[in-house]
Amino acid sequence: MTQPWLLLTLVGADRPGIVAHVTRVLFGVGAELGETAMMRLGNQFAIMMMVRGAGNPEEVAGLLESTRADFGLKLHVDEIDAALHQHREPDVSVIVHSADRSGIVSEVTAALLEAGMNILDLRSDVGGSSDKPIYIMQIDGESSQGIEPIEQCVARFADQGLTVRVTPLETMRG
Amino acid sequence: MEPLPILTYPDERLKTVCEPVEQFDPELREFAEHLQHTADLGPSAVGIAAPQVGRMQRLCLVDATRAKRPVDNNGPLVLVNPAITNWKGFAVGREGCLSIPDYTGKVIRAETIELTAQDIEGRTVTFKMKGFEARIAQHEIDHLDGILFLDRLVSRHADLRER
Repeated sequence: MTQPWLLLTLVGADRPGIVAHVTRVLFGVGAELGETAMMRLGNQFAIMMMVRGAGNPEEVAGLLESTRADFGLKLHVDEIDAALHQHREPDVSVIVHSADRSGIVSEVTAALLEAGMNILDLRSDVGGSSDKPIYIMQIDGESSQGIEPIEQCVARFADQGLTVRVTPLETMRG
Repeated sequence: MEPLPILTYPDERLKTVCEPVEQFDPELREFAEHLQHTADLGPSAVGIAAPQVGRMQRLCLVDATRAKRPVDNNGPLVLVNPAITNWKGFAVGREGCLSIPDYTGKVIRAETIELTAQDIEGRTVTFKMKGFEARIAQHEIDHLDGILFLDRLVSRHADLRER
């Protein structure tokens, strides 16, 4: 019987070679990799990987212990109910920017939920200078009720100094 | 009419430059109809190219009337021996492919193009296209040159201008 997918999460100070070392260990024991996503947040390295075929969570953590320690990483492994070939396509993009203040993500995502939008991908960043930071957020999602409710729902943010751009997306398939 | 079997990546024929169509006859018309029927049965396809069904000739279909949201278009088109003669601007958009199931990605394409081709009877035709229709034509003409959208992927965070 096929082993279940595990979600492996690694975080720590970014250094060259982390991905190569981790995947070499996993490949060496015959593990299979599924979808992965790596990013840098606040100058820190973070990666999430779907892994199977390398044992249970404790065994995978044991396999990677040496690499984890060498790179000074934090490792977390969970068994998850995941499957490949489950992609969904966003049909709306929402881009938000403004002077940074607390509450932007909370308020905007609550409004999007109210408008029937399911978030599939979200990235946010702080730019500008330390004394004058700006906040930028990019969201892709599915609009269950169409794009108009989303446009109406986010219109209120103009009064609060947020610029919100809603754009329909259509995947071209040919 | 049974749909034509669609080749899927990594079939080498999808990486092959196609030959020009030289003979405009009933058999070509019948093939174009069969190709259209095959696209009709696919998952919301707005275009298809002959090499995707193993016919290594420069013929493709472009149909922006099938877009979910109305877009500028020239109607359903059969393009034989198409060539892009002018292009302007750039836009990022998400693409998928009948020959690459279960994957979509972002690709940069020219925003507006002009192209010349022959219709199914061999008459020279020219079109101006923009936005979504221009994207379809560029994707399909790429197929005729053995190029897949995988060859043109850009960062998943690319955001020049979504269409």
